[in-house]
Amino acid sequence: MLGLQAFFFYIFAFIAVGAAMMVVLARNPVHSVLFLILTFVAAAGLFLLAGAEFLALILIVVYVGAVAILFLFVVMMLDLDFGRMKQGAMKYAPFGLIIGLVLLAELVIAGTGSAYHPALATATAMPTPPLTEMSNIQALGHVLYTRYIFFFQLAGLILFVAMVGAIVLTLRHKQGLKRQSIPAQVARTPATAIEIRKVESGRGI
Amino acid sequence: MTDFFSTYVLPGLIILGQSVLFLVVLLVLIAYILLADRKIWAAVQMRRGPNVVGPFGLFQSFADLLKFIIKEPTIPASSDKFVFLLAPLIAVTLALATFAVVPVADGWVIANINIGILYVFAISSLEVYGVIMGGWASNSKYAFLGALRSAAQMVSYEVSIGFVIVTVLLCVGSLNLSDIVVAQENGLGTMLGLPNTFLDWHWLSLFPMFIVFFISALAETNRPPFDLPEAESELVAGFMVEYGSTPYMMFMLGEYAAITLMCCLTTILFLGGWLPPFNFAPFTWVPGIIWFLAKVALVFFMFAMVKAFVPRYRYDQLMRLGWKVFLPLSLAMVVIVAFVLQLTGWGALAT
Repeated sequence: MLGLQAFFFYIFAFIAVGAAMMVVLARNPVHSVLFLILTFVAAAGLFLLAGAEFLALILIVVYVGAVAILFLFVVMMLDLDFGRMKQGAMKYAPFGLIIGLVLLAELVIAGTGSAYHPALATATAMPTPPLTEMSNIQALGHVLYTRYIFFFQLAGLILFVAMVGAIVLTLRHKQGLKRQSIPAQVARTPATAIEIRKVESGRGI
Repeated sequence: MTDFFSTYVLPGLIILGQSVLFLVVLLVLIAYILLADRKIWAAVQMRRGPNVVGPFGLFQSFADLLKFIIKEPTIPASSDKFVFLLAPLIAVTLALATFAVVPVADGWVIANINIGILYVFAISSLEVYGVIMGGWASNSKYAFLGALRSAAQMVSYEVSIGFVIVTVLLCVGSLNLSDIVVAQENGLGTMLGLPNTFLDWHWLSLFPMFIVFFISALAETNRPPFDLPEAESELVAGFMVEYGSTPYMMFMLGEYAAITLMCCLTTILFLGGWLPPFNFAPFTWVPGIIWFLAKVALVFFMFAMVKAFVPRYRYDQLMRLGWKVFLPLSLAMVVIVAFVLQLTGWGALAT
C-alpha cells in the first residue's frame, strides 16, 4: 500500500473508528443511526481500497440504501429516551469488553494462523483468480453459483421464510373493511355500473 | 519529486479540470432543463411560462439562482440545526456524484469504471437520505410525513429499477456503462434484417422493461404523478416545507440533477447512448455528444409531458403499482430473458 492508497486508507479507517465511537457516545439516537450509516460508508470505502468493489457497492445498496433507512425510521418514530436507557450502561462494560476481545482474537487467528501451522493457510478460503484475469463480479459469480450453490440457495430460503413469517405476524384480516378491488373496478361495464331511468318532472325516483 | 509530480499531481489536476468542466456544463444544462420543464408545463396549460428575464425568459433560472442565494436563510428554532443544513448538502452532492461515471460520448467519461451501473445504483439509493434527514430535522409533522412517504416510495421503486438493470446486464454481459452502449450496436434490428438502425437498441428488444424503467424513474425522482412527498394539497411542500433560500435551492438542484441522471440512464440503457439512430452518413457525421444530448432531451420531454397531463396518484395506488405490478413483471422478465439468452446463445455470457 503506497502513497495515495495509504492516505485514503487512513482517512476511511479514522472515519470508521470515529463514527463507530460516536454511535455509542451520541446523545440523540437519530444521530447514533446517522453515525452508524457513516461507519457503513467508510467500511465500503475500505472494501474499495482492498479491491473488493462489488462488496463495497453491495454494502452501500443493501445496508445503507435499505436496511439503515428502515432502522432510521424505527428510531425516529419510537421517540426513545436515551438518557434513561444509558443509566447503568457501565454495568455491561465488562461483557462488551469480553465480546470485543473474542472478536479481535478471531480476527488475529484468522489473519496470522498460517504462521503456526502451514495447513491453515489453505484452509481459510478457496482462492479466486487474480483480478487481472477475471473481474471481481465474475469471480464471485463463478464461486457462488457453482461451488456454493447449495449454501446460496439455502440462504435465500432462510430469508424467504423470514419474510413470510414477518408478513404472517403482521397481517390482520379486519372484518367489515371495504377494500379496493382493482380487477373488479376495471371489469365494470356501463351495463353493470349504471342504470338509466326516465324520471318524470316533479316526481322522484 | 518529478516522479511524484507525474504520478499524482498531473493526473489529479487533469481529472480535476475535467470534473469542473463537466460540472459547469451539467449545471448550465440543469438550469435549462428546469426552464424547459416550466415552459412545457406552461405550454400544455396554454400559458406562456417564464418570459420576462432575457429573450423568451432564457435567463429565468439564473435570476432564480441569484434570488435564492441573496435571500436570508431561515432555520426553525426547534430544528436539529446540523442535520437540517446537512440534508440539502447530501442531496445535491450525491445527485451530482453519480455523473462521474456517465459516458456522454465515446470515451467521454470522467471515471470509466467496470461497475459503473452498480455505482450509479448505489449512489442513487443513498439520495433518499437527503429527504429523510431534511424531513426529520425540520421538526414539523408535514415535513416528516413527506419524508416518510418519500422513503417508502424510493425504496419500493428501487427494487424494480434494480431488476430492470439486471435484465439489461444479462443482455450485455458487462456492468460498464460504455460497454452497455456499445453492445447496442448489434441487436434485434440486425436480426430482423435492418442493421445499423435505432431498432438495434434495447428499447425494442426489452420494451416492457423500458416502460417499467421509465415509470419507476418518475417515482424514484419524486416526479409527478408520483410527487406525493411534496404533494402541496396535503403536505404544503412535504419535506421541504421549512426550507428557504440556498438550502431550498440545493434540494431543487439535487432533484433536477437526479431527474437528469435518470434521463441519461434511460438513454444509456435503452436508447443507445451516443449511437446515431442510423449508423451511416450523414448521421454519423454528427458527433456522439449531440445524439446523446438529443436523446436526453427527448426523454426529459416525456418526463415533462407526464408531469403536465397525468393527475397525481393516490399513495396506496402508488405502492400497489410498485410492489404488485412492477415487481412481479420485472422479476418474470429477468427469468424469461435469462432463459431466452441461455437457450438461444444470444447473450454475451452464454458459456
